[in-house]
Amino acid sequence: MSVSYENSKVVFQGIKDAGITSLSALPETWLGLLLQQAEKDPDVRLIQVAKEEEAIGVAAGAYFAGERHILLMQNHGFLAAMNGIVSLALLYGIPLCMLIALRGHWGEPYPWHTRGGIVTEGVLRALNIPFEYARDPKEVGRQIREAYTFSQSSLSPVALLLTRDLMEEAL
Amino acid sequence: MKRCECIGMLYPELDDKVVVTIMGACAQELYDLGHKENFFYLQHAMGLASSIGLGLALHLPHEKIVVLDGDGSVLMNLGTLATLARYRPRNLVHVIFDNGSLLSTGGFDSHTTSGITDLAAIARGAGIEQVASVDSVMAFGEAAIDAFARNDLSVIVARVAAVGPNHYGMDLQLPENAFRFRRWIAARKTAAVKPGGAPALSTQESP
Repeated sequence: MSVSYENSKVVFQGIKDAGITSLSALPETWLGLLLQQAEKDPDVRLIQVAKEEEAIGVAAGAYFAGERHILLMQNHGFLAAMNGIVSLALLYGIPLCMLIALRGHWGEPYPWHTRGGIVTEGVLRALNIPFEYARDPKEVGRQIREAYTFSQSSLSPVALLLTRDLMEEAL
Repeated sequence: MKRCECIGMLYPELDDKVVVTIMGACAQELYDLGHKENFFYLQHAMGLASSIGLGLALHLPHEKIVVLDGDGSVLMNLGTLATLARYRPRNLVHVIFDNGSLLSTGGFDSHTTSGITDLAAIARGAGIEQVASVDSVMAFGEAAIDAFARNDLSVIVARVAAVGPNHYGMDLQLPENAFRFRRWIAARKTAAVKPGGAPALSTQESP
């Protein structure tokens, strides 16, 4: 199975159309083609972190600076960022618009992804973080725009879960 | 030397800088000198003060950003030094007060105690070129003056005694601190002018 080039382009265009000018990310397979486009785009600043929790701090700094910023990470990175999400974003009322690659879910062939995939939705619910699944390339642009808008109005982390349907080539 | 002596020395220089501190003693000692709207106290999320500083520095190229960090916090997020080195924000001064202790949580030794772990060497090894290691108030002051004047990412590792304030508490709610800090930055951007008098480029505010 390979990552969908077309849909990676669609997601990146959705990010651009939402007026996003700054991204923090830790590269992962499903996000690779998307991040390559971000690297090439002179109008978007890509900040690559060593661990996803750093990106919560970077996103807070970008928010304080008045920049339109989103975060891209794998769901295991979301789990690795937990204390930053709880004790910076939720504690201080700092918005985070997180696009999260939902590995380890329906159709997952790799055992190592499965446990994180199984718990992701439950963790989001436990933290009261609003989330939606992105499955359809025709809808994802709107979903990104709305996720960003909602993060800013609610001063909350929000998550858009990028699913296998969207990110991998159909068989 | 004491951390409060170093912070006291920095304090008069912080009026026009964007300042982020870690939790506990460091935050309290700065607050006790007199809160300013350009101070953000990260009262939890240990390790992320420098990441916030990076996000500020990259998006506010005309401001000087000062992060007041500690050994315990940096040890929780060592990757930050590599990320800082990679992006090299030239307007960021990262002060690490190394008291060799997790002072605010009972004074347990940290890994820097007795010089086992050398944070300045880690910063250099991460790829940061301007790293000062100081253990006197005089040397700290000189390093700070150099860092503020320098147009480059600067790290100052200041070896300080494991002592802190005898009280904790601020008349400032955490979200209130965030809102007011952001508003101060927004006002600065609106008011910013280039040396020649023309409006600065980055005056755009997100809704």
